[in-house]
Amino acid sequence: MRCGDFKTSYSADMTIFESNTARVMLGLFLCLLFSLPLYTPGYVLDIVNRIGIAVIGAVGLNILTGFTGQISLGNAAFMAIGAFSCGYLGTKFNLPFYVCIPLAGLLTAFFGMFVGIPSLRIKGLYLAMATLAAHFIVEFLVVKWDSVTGGVAGLSIPVAQVGGFAFDSDRRIFYLIFTISIASVLFAKNLFRTKVGKAFVAIRDQAISAEVMGVNILKYKLLSFGISSFYVGVAGALMAYQAKIISPETFPVTVAIDYLGMIIIGGLGSILGSIYGAVFITLLPELLRLGTSALAGPFPLLVSKLAAMKELVFGLFVVIFILFEPAGMAARWHSIKNYWKLYPFSH
Amino acid sequence: MDVTFILQLIINGLVVGSIYALVATGFVIIYKASSALNLAQGEFLMVGAYFCLNLLSKHQIPFWQAILITFAFSAILGILIERLILRPLIGSHLISVIMVTLGLSSILKALVQLFYGTDTIPFPEVFPSAPVLIGPVPVSQGYLYAIGCVTILVALLTSFFKYSKTGVAMRATASSQQVALSMGISVKKMFAISWAISAIVSSVGGILLGTIRGGIDMSLSFMGLKVLPVVILGGLDSILGAIVGGVIIGVLENLSGGFVDPLVGGGAKEVAPYIALILILMFKPYGLFGKKKIERV
Repeated sequence: MRCGDFKTSYSADMTIFESNTARVMLGLFLCLLFSLPLYTPGYVLDIVNRIGIAVIGAVGLNILTGFTGQISLGNAAFMAIGAFSCGYLGTKFNLPFYVCIPLAGLLTAFFGMFVGIPSLRIKGLYLAMATLAAHFIVEFLVVKWDSVTGGVAGLSIPVAQVGGFAFDSDRRIFYLIFTISIASVLFAKNLFRTKVGKAFVAIRDQAISAEVMGVNILKYKLLSFGISSFYVGVAGALMAYQAKIISPETFPVTVAIDYLGMIIIGGLGSILGSIYGAVFITLLPELLRLGTSALAGPFPLLVSKLAAMKELVFGLFVVIFILFEPAGMAARWHSIKNYWKLYPFSH
Repeated sequence: MDVTFILQLIINGLVVGSIYALVATGFVIIYKASSALNLAQGEFLMVGAYFCLNLLSKHQIPFWQAILITFAFSAILGILIERLILRPLIGSHLISVIMVTLGLSSILKALVQLFYGTDTIPFPEVFPSAPVLIGPVPVSQGYLYAIGCVTILVALLTSFFKYSKTGVAMRATASSQQVALSMGISVKKMFAISWAISAIVSSVGGILLGTIRGGIDMSLSFMGLKVLPVVILGGLDSILGAIVGGVIIGVLENLSGGFVDPLVGGGAKEVAPYIALILILMFKPYGLFGKKKIERV
């Protein structure tokens, strides 16, 4: 009987799958996931697609904020840049989606690195404010630069297609979103087993010590901004393909706050946590909608208060998680799992 | 160039700027005392304004009494928030503090929305609105009263920090918590008082904005984000900086609204403070009056 989690080698500590069971379970989960479009109604699939996109964005933000410790409130702006550059490339140059999405990601990465340059001089709350300011400036530019972004009227995005196959329905675009989503989760998971990922974590834990140990702070901070923005840009581009029409109002500052909420509730510095958080925050308004429509009989007022309810519950969850489980759902899940794994002889 | 137009813009800027200064002062008081960044400052302002409006129009309470009750309410709200949410987080990572105040701002915004809805609610006229002439420029009397109120409040706050025992204790806490503790000052109590004062000061800002605009709505909460350029310009831990910064940002905002907006078709007024913020962070990251920080491992 196991009575603890003991690892005797570095490779055992670094492994992604602790046992073959975990590998099989993940395989089964992926099979289940990819068969979803076969029997799920479109409305549910739409939510699932949004979860897939949110996972990419949340993992990206977690790389920057959770793993490198650089607080960014400019996430929504990065997403907007990804979406609009993808839309522009798609409509003006008729580029196919498999060129547009990486290009949009790269453009966002460059922009993110540009915003990240001041991060060498300023940190913490100053950086948070600088990224917030960047958000408002980008929002202004998106509205004003209407030859590229379509201005307030927005931009309609051509359907993504490869060969004769068009990703034109929720069912079809599901495969596009989740292929990219799973690839990006895998990449992120492996990133933190490499030198680069470890440099990120060192910068988060103690930047000055990391520098003394020979970590090039500027290089790795910019790299972190770049990788993170690439993820967020790709998420924005996918959002554009999914929504088919985007406008400046698609990316308000509350989107950035939602994403920060995802990684706080899910778990800062945890890839798995970003997924939990993305699922939770995306499902929250849908669950509330279900709840209010169920209670609409006795409390008809509830339906009109849905937006406020969503905001209230979101705020409460953020506050409660920070106060009582600062490491997020990922840590809570880990401790529950360990409790049962070692039951009845824990410790 | 039309001089009256410029003067008009500057005077509007001064009025708005003085309210920015007030809210920024609240922000700085909290930051100085407890190094917590309160991103829910705008929501404090909004809650104060809605609460006062409720007393005035629903319960028909005379203005001065309503204001006193609002102050008491704001103080209790500030103390409760400090005690229940911020105090357990002392010493925890910065992102927790930032996110908890963002969560708090969601909660406060949602509560206001639940109770009052999202429509603009007219604010009763407190000050006479008939304009008076300052030189060639007609200025609403409400504006002058607002500036007067802010000046009085700032003077009160300054003398509170300078002469009263509590005020001195708060300054001691701000300069070194350890020394303050060893001198017998209750640092916890100082944190609570700073949140109470900050909430009260913000509610005054909310009420003044309500009377000037003639109505209040959810957009009041954006003041909390507008105040960030102000405190960055002035220096995060300087009350004098908050006041100077508030006035400068207010004037800058109105001037760019008057001159740049016609060129680009609107929106410059809203974005100008943030461009200023970036420039300040680039060239003078600790603001005009802020204290430089030395980092050690």
